[in-house]
Amino acid sequence: MVIGFWALAGLTVGAAAMIIVVRNLLHAVLFLILSFVGIAGVYITLSADFVAVVQVLVYAGAIAVLMIFAVMLTPLSARDNAENVLQLPALVLSGLVITGVTFVALETDWRLAGRGEFDSTAEAIGEALVSPFVLPFEIASVLLVAAMIGAIVLVRED
Amino acid sequence: MPILSPWYDFRDLGNAAARLADALRDIDAPEGVVYALVGLLGAVGVLLFVGLTTLVNIWVERRLIGRMQVRRGPNRLGPFGLLQPVADAIKLMQKEALTPRLADGLVFTLAPVVIFIPAILAFAVLPWGEKMVLADLNVGVLYLLALGSTNSLIVFMAGYASNNKYALLGAMRVIAMLISYEIPGVLSLLAVVAFTGTMSLSGIVDFQANYWSWLLFFQPLALVIFLLGSTVELNRSPADIAEAESEIIAGYHIEYSGMKWGLFYAVELVNSIAISAVIASLFLGGWWTFGLEEFVPGWLIFIGKIYACYFLLIWFRGTLPRFRVDQLMAFAWKFLLPMALVNILLVALEITVWEEFDLSAGAVLPVFAVVNFALAGALVAGWARVMAAQFERFPRRARLVPDIDVPLPAEGGGHAARAAV
Repeated sequence: MVIGFWALAGLTVGAAAMIIVVRNLLHAVLFLILSFVGIAGVYITLSADFVAVVQVLVYAGAIAVLMIFAVMLTPLSARDNAENVLQLPALVLSGLVITGVTFVALETDWRLAGRGEFDSTAEAIGEALVSPFVLPFEIASVLLVAAMIGAIVLVRED
Repeated sequence: MPILSPWYDFRDLGNAAARLADALRDIDAPEGVVYALVGLLGAVGVLLFVGLTTLVNIWVERRLIGRMQVRRGPNRLGPFGLLQPVADAIKLMQKEALTPRLADGLVFTLAPVVIFIPAILAFAVLPWGEKMVLADLNVGVLYLLALGSTNSLIVFMAGYASNNKYALLGAMRVIAMLISYEIPGVLSLLAVVAFTGTMSLSGIVDFQANYWSWLLFFQPLALVIFLLGSTVELNRSPADIAEAESEIIAGYHIEYSGMKWGLFYAVELVNSIAISAVIASLFLGGWWTFGLEEFVPGWLIFIGKIYACYFLLIWFRGTLPRFRVDQLMAFAWKFLLPMALVNILLVALEITVWEEFDLSAGAVLPVFAVVNFALAGALVAGWARVMAAQFERFPRRARLVPDIDVPLPAEGGGHAARAAV
């Protein structure tokens, strides 16, 4: 389990690093997908099977497709990771974020759950969505419907 | 079947694996070794099945399509042309696998290799028998859908890396197809999952064994939607718009040759078998067949069902003409998606009635079956008629010009004709 976690973490972080390093935008998208798959693997080591599968379905399936569409339909991107003036501020900002997250992760007194049975999480998530969290769930669905109608209105010709 | 059947009970090869695991534990082997060995055994079994069926299916598919199209198919090499797949494989391996100079080399080479990963992984969750399942995930159905969604991305890798405009067109078509057909696929299986109350494939088979019936009888609409949707995702004719020889030559694998092309060809067959197996276990009861599995090994029954579904896929391929791209998209959004939504509503209603009134399964399931079949037939026929109504102005049978309500494209057209009347 520990070996698996470190291998997956290495894969995820390595792929994430490659996203910024590679020059070709499509390669960056492919590395992003690899990193998503790595995260799904990390979820599996955390016994979150449902979230892991949904991670692959939604991120590696749908979001990645969205990215590919965005890259392919953007003529000015010229298929390359361009240089721009924001490099230094971005470096500083991401450095600060990493420091902050690391600090929180190290300082928090985590409650460690023992490794029990590999429970089925799908039912629990479903129950949670329709009983305690029904309002956020409904708001999210209304928002998505609104976005969908907006998209349809935007592309209608008449 | 009792848990501790003898190891030679070949009705369920899971028995042998369980006995092997027990024997290993008896000699105090570490749990990791037991797990790895039994897993490896299962994986080798699955790979053997996949490899052999792929070889056989090349022949089966070509022969059957030949028969359907009043040809003979491969019949020269060996008895009935049975050695043709072997000859094909040898030929492909000898051929040079060219890489175009401006291609994206690494991605180009990686794509046909990586595309096998989701195809093979899909076999891990299939229940071949009561205990004969490699990984009984409790999110099995969702796992299969997730694998299916990654497949198209790898096809896109191939199309993009080829640096060929036809390949890129094919790749973009695959992506558009994925977005459209993933939704009805997910929704149709959601109905199945809601009805059975489990996402594990062996759980769904157990449900069918438990109620002594196949899910086909309760979920005909879901079966139709999933079958049509997965035919499209398989990228086979009548929905092979991504490779469409007559439009974009061969689409995403236009630049591939030799064994790299062979891998794409093989993975298509593997995927067809995987989809057939999923349909067989979700809708046709998997290894369970009304008590027959007591006498015939469950996995043999399952293979028989897989081939029945596979025959259906070949039938589609051999007889239906290819859709146009816009027709295929419209089919997903305007036909399959509304059907799937209605089906989910129906299933939710039935489950609620079943649980709220605490009815016995024997009383309620036959009613569901009749209602669902009637509604499915009425919905498909009715919605098809509504959809077809708008195309009626392009008449399919000969009619008098004055009867047609619209101007004809010809000069003067309908107006002139009507004025004359």
